[in-house]
Amino acid sequence: MMASTYNAKDEDGHITVAGPGGGTLRSRKPENTAFKQQRLPAWQPILTAGTVLPAFFVIGLIFIPIGIGLYVTSNNIKEFEIDYTGVDMSSPCFNCSQNFSWNSTRPCTCSIPFYLDQPYESNVFMYYGLSNFYQNHRRYVKSRDDSQLNGDSEALTKPSKECEPYAFHDNKPIAPCGAIANSMFNDSLELFYNDPNGTKVQIHLMKTGIAWWTDKHVKFRNPGGNNPNLTVAFQGTTKPVNWRKPVYELDSDQENDGFINEDFIVWMRTAALPTFRKLYRIIQKKKDMVLTLPRGNYTLEVVYNYPVRSFEGRKRMILSTISWMGGKNPFLGIAYITVGSVCFFLGVVLLIIHHKYGNRNNSADISN
Amino acid sequence: IIPRGTWRHKKTQVKSRRGLRVRFPQKCDPRLTDEHSVCKTKENKTRTVHANILYDNAKGEENPNRHYANNKIKTTKYTLLSFLPKNLFEQFHRFANVYFVFIALLNFVPVVNAFQPELALAPVVFILSVTAIKDLWEDYRRHRSDKEINHMDCLVYSRVERRYVEKYWKEVRVGDFIRLRCNEILPADVLLLTSSDPDRLCHIETATLDGETNLKQRQVVRSFFDLDCDFDPTKYNSIIECEKPNNDLNRFRGYIIHRSGRRDALYKENLLLRGCTIRNTEEAVGIVIYAGHETKAMLNNNGPRYKRSKLERQMNVDVFWCVIILLVMCLFAAVGHGLWMFQYGDKRPVFDVLSPEGTDLSPIMSAIYLFLTMIIVFQVLIPISLFVSIEIVKICQVFFIHQDMDLYDEETDSHLQCRALNITEDLGQMQYIFSDKTGTLTENKMVFRRCTVAGVEYSHDPHGQWTSLSCHTRSPRSSRYLLLTDKPSSVLQEKDITPDPQLLDKVNECSSQMDFMRFHSQPMSQLPSDLSDIIDFFIALTICNTVVVSSPNQPRQKVKLSEGYAPPALSSSLITNRSSNRGCSSILSSPSAESTLTKLDEEKPPNLEHTFSPVPPCYSEKAWAVAEGELRYEAESPDEAALVYAARAYKCSLVGRLPDQVTVELPHLGKLSFELLHTLGFDSTRKRMSVVVRHPLTDQITVYTKGADSVIMDLIKPPNTGENSHSIVYRTQNYLNLYAADGLRTLCIAKKVLTKEEYACWLQRHLEAETAIQGREELLFESALRLETNLHLLGATGIEDRLQDGVPETIASLRKAGLQIWVLTGDKQETAVNIAYACKLLEPEEEILTLNADSQEACALLLEESLHYIQAKFLCSSADHAAKAFTANFAPFEIYPSSSPSSSSVPFMVHRLGLVIDGRTLAYALDKSLEDKFLAVARSCRSVLCCRSTPLQKSMVVKLVRNKLKVMTLAIGDGANDVSMIQVADVGVGISGQEGMQAVMASDFALPRFRYLQKLLLVHGHWCYSRLANMILYFFYKNAMFVALIFWYQFYCGFSGSAMIDQWYLIFFNLMFSAFPQLITGTLDKDVSAETLQQLPQLYISGQNSEEYKPYMFWMNMIDAFYQSLVCFFIPYFAYADSDVDLFTWGTPITTLALFTILLHLGIETKTWTWMNWLSISFSIALFFTVALCYNASCPTCYSPSNPYWTMQRLLQDPLFYFLCVITPVTALLPRYFYRACQGTLFPSPVQVGRQLDKLPAETRRNILSLSRVKVGSPLSTKPPFLSLAKPLPKGSNKTEKGSFPSPKASQGSILQTHDTRKCHKRSQSEPLGPKHSEKSLSDLYTLMSTEGDTLPYTKDSQCLDKTLDVSVSSWITSTPQTDSVELPPDRGSSQCVRYTRNSEEGLGSEPSVHQPGRRTEQRPEPASLTTS
Repeated sequence: MMASTYNAKDEDGHITVAGPGGGTLRSRKPENTAFKQQRLPAWQPILTAGTVLPAFFVIGLIFIPIGIGLYVTSNNIKEFEIDYTGVDMSSPCFNCSQNFSWNSTRPCTCSIPFYLDQPYESNVFMYYGLSNFYQNHRRYVKSRDDSQLNGDSEALTKPSKECEPYAFHDNKPIAPCGAIANSMFNDSLELFYNDPNGTKVQIHLMKTGIAWWTDKHVKFRNPGGNNPNLTVAFQGTTKPVNWRKPVYELDSDQENDGFINEDFIVWMRTAALPTFRKLYRIIQKKKDMVLTLPRGNYTLEVVYNYPVRSFEGRKRMILSTISWMGGKNPFLGIAYITVGSVCFFLGVVLLIIHHKYGNRNNSADISN
Repeated sequence: IIPRGTWRHKKTQVKSRRGLRVRFPQKCDPRLTDEHSVCKTKENKTRTVHANILYDNAKGEENPNRHYANNKIKTTKYTLLSFLPKNLFEQFHRFANVYFVFIALLNFVPVVNAFQPELALAPVVFILSVTAIKDLWEDYRRHRSDKEINHMDCLVYSRVERRYVEKYWKEVRVGDFIRLRCNEILPADVLLLTSSDPDRLCHIETATLDGETNLKQRQVVRSFFDLDCDFDPTKYNSIIECEKPNNDLNRFRGYIIHRSGRRDALYKENLLLRGCTIRNTEEAVGIVIYAGHETKAMLNNNGPRYKRSKLERQMNVDVFWCVIILLVMCLFAAVGHGLWMFQYGDKRPVFDVLSPEGTDLSPIMSAIYLFLTMIIVFQVLIPISLFVSIEIVKICQVFFIHQDMDLYDEETDSHLQCRALNITEDLGQMQYIFSDKTGTLTENKMVFRRCTVAGVEYSHDPHGQWTSLSCHTRSPRSSRYLLLTDKPSSVLQEKDITPDPQLLDKVNECSSQMDFMRFHSQPMSQLPSDLSDIIDFFIALTICNTVVVSSPNQPRQKVKLSEGYAPPALSSSLITNRSSNRGCSSILSSPSAESTLTKLDEEKPPNLEHTFSPVPPCYSEKAWAVAEGELRYEAESPDEAALVYAARAYKCSLVGRLPDQVTVELPHLGKLSFELLHTLGFDSTRKRMSVVVRHPLTDQITVYTKGADSVIMDLIKPPNTGENSHSIVYRTQNYLNLYAADGLRTLCIAKKVLTKEEYACWLQRHLEAETAIQGREELLFESALRLETNLHLLGATGIEDRLQDGVPETIASLRKAGLQIWVLTGDKQETAVNIAYACKLLEPEEEILTLNADSQEACALLLEESLHYIQAKFLCSSADHAAKAFTANFAPFEIYPSSSPSSSSVPFMVHRLGLVIDGRTLAYALDKSLEDKFLAVARSCRSVLCCRSTPLQKSMVVKLVRNKLKVMTLAIGDGANDVSMIQVADVGVGISGQEGMQAVMASDFALPRFRYLQKLLLVHGHWCYSRLANMILYFFYKNAMFVALIFWYQFYCGFSGSAMIDQWYLIFFNLMFSAFPQLITGTLDKDVSAETLQQLPQLYISGQNSEEYKPYMFWMNMIDAFYQSLVCFFIPYFAYADSDVDLFTWGTPITTLALFTILLHLGIETKTWTWMNWLSISFSIALFFTVALCYNASCPTCYSPSNPYWTMQRLLQDPLFYFLCVITPVTALLPRYFYRACQGTLFPSPVQVGRQLDKLPAETRRNILSLSRVKVGSPLSTKPPFLSLAKPLPKGSNKTEKGSFPSPKASQGSILQTHDTRKCHKRSQSEPLGPKHSEKSLSDLYTLMSTEGDTLPYTKDSQCLDKTLDVSVSSWITSTPQTDSVELPPDRGSSQCVRYTRNSEEGLGSEPSVHQPGRRTEQRPEPASLTTS
């Protein structure tokens, strides 16, 4: 063991390593692999003006056309919007809007005339829009019971505590429970076309097909299985406090009643932002007609139930066609164009930098 | 658990964390001294051990040993039952864990909960369980090895069977008799009662305890010594009283009481420690004193070290800032919510849901609740996985460091060990290196070089070659030679000594005379004094040590004199083996004429002997031959071995050592046995050791002392006998100075003859001291002092300690890396200075300040003067710098900037000065009143050399620098005397070299060789630091960016604490989706390749200045994070504004975008893309979509409130989603990408330049780097000449003309250019690559240069040299275009500033000191003995 007197490694080394603990003399030399020696082949990009230049130009060149395309697409979408909140004295719905109560027995109606200055050719989607309505409030969003909405009989009678304080009313379970359901939008909107010859033609509004297919067929189910009699299925429950009718009377159509009522389903999909729109009806293009909605005068008949004045809310009706990229929104097109231009501009800046300073050190050298 | 560790060597090395830490005897241990002073009752302080066999019948109850721990060891922390509570308890010691659990629990409070409570627990549980599983696995491994050890066999005496029976280790109990056989490992601490060895010795090897590989002798307890027959346990009935178990390996005190009432003292020499191995001894029997966990070995096992790295400290500050940001955000949201509530007044809107009880909450109460909710929502801001990730990354880093082939030493089959796992990144931030000299910079393989006996010098070099080599010319030579052969240590050994013929003659003459006198019974005192001195000198060399003689046979057998000589067959085979070795080594060494000569010389002595000596007695001849081939000396320090081998070369060989007798073989005289009366061991305070022997020829009691010359010289008897002895002392001192100047280690040998009365007188008091239980050490020390006085000087020796390979290169490159290197050594000043020159720590053209003072006041004055001198000398360098330095010097308390000094901003300049200070002066300088001044002087010097410093001083210096300058310090050393320094420094590095393992045990990293420090610091340190720094910054960014998304959303949800990101994504985002890429990058990213890092040490400076992670970078990252989150939030916001999108259908794209952005951000920051990076990023993205799709398809009614059924599926059909995915990350990362690009071009950091250099083809790079080495090696200019090479290189075709015919602008420029152009043309012809590459790289180098100029302030001095620059530089270029062997022109430029004397010209034998004010220095009272000549 005398490493100090003898050069190590000869017979001495043996004793140290192969002590009574055993073990053979095996070199502890690390393996010479690319991984262990940290020599994996690698791509090493270096970010300098010269190397990133092409990226900027390429981004600019790709983005600007995309942006233009998106912008054009968006501009081709026709959209009409009318605010029927009735804040102004002059508004036809002013009187109705003075009603702050949810449960006023007397239905208030108002009709708002408007003029469409361009014809709508394809299917028209009719939305109602609410502003300043915080459907995304944390406690509001939580206040629902998905099991109940999925037709779970147990949850029907014992709503989840998430629904509190909208779970029970008069000791009866509320169906559907929770604040979202309780505050369901209950204005009804009807659209009339004022024929130039003076007749008022009601426009057929499709009630179905407005909700997600999966919502309608998977997430939302009426209790009681296939029992056609919803009244029985919902026996023992009570309607939400703010509702006028129980849930099984939302529609006469069996396929659109109870929890699977599409207006209800749409409402239950809580909006992301305080200003939102929700699909209300679809005006389908008739096969024989060229135009879905011809240019001309229309009247919007509103049964004004939904109080929004208490929270400075606004209600709107929107008519819109849609394209492959959704509703009218020029933002994305503009954003693409802007970012593309900025990239292009920065590319130019980098080009200048590259030309001027890429060799700066050399020139500095010479001048010195 | 020592044994376990080192039996399986491989394991220990790897899992060094669990290695043993030996505690070294500390005199000032408060606990111990307390024990001494406060005399408690005897029962509390001692342990009484009875033999177990006396009590076998009396069951357990009456056995007095029953209270002592048994030998079963259990190092596991947990049992099956206690694992969960205990592990959790331990984990909750970490504050972060408590915080996260608190938040998770907060979720269970309905009013404030934000997530599903069970879900919120998931991350915490995940983190805790990962740690728990790791702990469990470690514990299981401990359990397994415990079991293995507990079930080892040993022989224990059984009373029933009346013989020794095999038992498991765990069954051994205190009081058992154990029989030990050769090569067995001791199961417990055993008191040696008998040994088969005729001398009642037992040899043990303690490598597993302290790493020392030499054999140690242990003695049978004195009262059992005379036992003739075999020891019979049944007859044993003594009682042992000894200390309570303690962890001091070098202490054992107690006594044994026999039935007769006789007491015998017990020493550590009687105790065999657990874990040691029995060697050279057939059989031994002992009684167990301490067992199991009470053994000294187990008590020394203190688990791994825990240090917190600088980076982590910095990170914790930023974690704290994160907490503040978190609170501010929560507060903001809470106030916002209160106001939002308030604006509705009493008209409660329908979407503001009442509390579950149906009660209305006031805005204020809501705000308070919301505050807590927000803390839960924003908890991700404090990165829960950061701590775990850092640990994972560090483990990987340690793995890679372990695996590095370059850090593996073939010769010793050892590689670097990381003993501290959590400070790898500190290696990249070192600023000061404190190095030991011996064994660290040098090989610590001692070669006897010269000696002087009785005032006559014997140079041991018949060819005069050695003497002709002065230090300076030798050092480059030897280093080149080292590079050539690569295994120099195998060439020269302690044994290879060429006897000086003259001295050999004298020895022969002397011994034959003595033989004659013995034959004629004449008193030996008639011998001429110079001859007797010679023989005494060699006797002293031979016996005044603790060297053990052994044979190199495989089963280590002590050479037993009684059995005669070893079988001839064996010895001859050994000899042939040796000679074949020799032939091999001489081939190896062929480049070195010097060493071949040595070899040749070695062959001569036998011939010489035959011719010169009278016919020797036959047996002596034979013995010599055998001894030559067979005897081997095992010494605790290589010095001793070297001296013994030297003496053997003069036929004065040590043939046997017993505790009471040393046998020496002398020519003519044959074997002489010296009765060894006492050995007064070496200690660092006395700096000497002595043996007291009875001389067999004269029958006189003689003391031989060997020690440092400074101490011995003081103890020499005053020269009352005459002029002669005075002149001997004087001449010896002269030679000593010469030896030291040649870089030799010097020792003085002295003797003293005691009269019987003197000895009796001393002996009495010495025995008192020996038997004292309390304060024995102090008493023995005093006793030794009494003995070692009035010595008669015999002579002195000079031993060479060779520099390790690559030390000068390593030091040079570490210095280029901006590291300040201080050498702290125990050696004497001259030796140290010369070694410093040899390893290029001091440069010949460097000025040296030498501080030698012998009083506090003198020291203060010296320091004051040095300060003035430094100011005056460097005043001209640059006005503002000088001004700063000036004020700094006059206000010593202001020179330390409050924050850690980053060299770029610190006004402090490092001058081309060396400081040499000796131990005594250092002691004064380290005084509270002077330490600031000392530091002010020391830090303005480029290199500092502290000689003659004690271990304590070493640690004080480190502590001083570390605390006062607030710098990162690294201490490197190899011996026990470096332990305190290693422990004090931020990073302690141990050299696993010759002097045992103590330094390694105390260190954080253990290296086989000093030169590996270069790669460890420059490459691994740099990588570890930059990887971790980037990863931590990225972590902060990532979490902030993600959390800010939710924060922006609060403005659109009435500050209600709502989150658009599904809680699953929110919680698992960090843990799963974005976790892997950053781990891969944090482990594998290489900003610059290893080659470039080593060749451009300047790149290390970025780590020193913490340039990868500066405080402002945290905030820049935060700002970037906020910007990116704004983009990621508002692009989807506007894209989906006023649409029918629902909350989570909108939130999911945002999550996706954030993921893309975060991953791409990492992509920008990643410097090397291996397949693992690609894989991890694709894996992350794939994982996210897979999880999202599965999750969104799994359950239509679950996961309230988000209930994201079919969301992702629908999104994937939406073109808008894809358009968002393209534009958002691009927009978000645009600024950073642009900034990085601009930075890369406009103001690249040195590291970036290094990276660009990496990209160049290998050959160009080599060329450039070789140039840069020249450049950096010449500290003359900030603008080295080759830079103008760039100009003539054709950049594009249009510029070529202008380049190759430069208009001479300045005279300087023109000169340079002409030279350069020539060179350049050559170069460009030889270069196959495109001109663009080289042009670019050269420009990069320029940048590097200028940054170097900024960071290494001393180069600024050269500003005043500009005018002379052209001359020196041009001459330099013409002389040698290639690399390191360049002889630098004299630094004549400096003469412009101040008269600048070069010390190298003054010769090294004389005192190197500061010249102009230094003249006054020399008038100061002369420092003791050092400044003569």
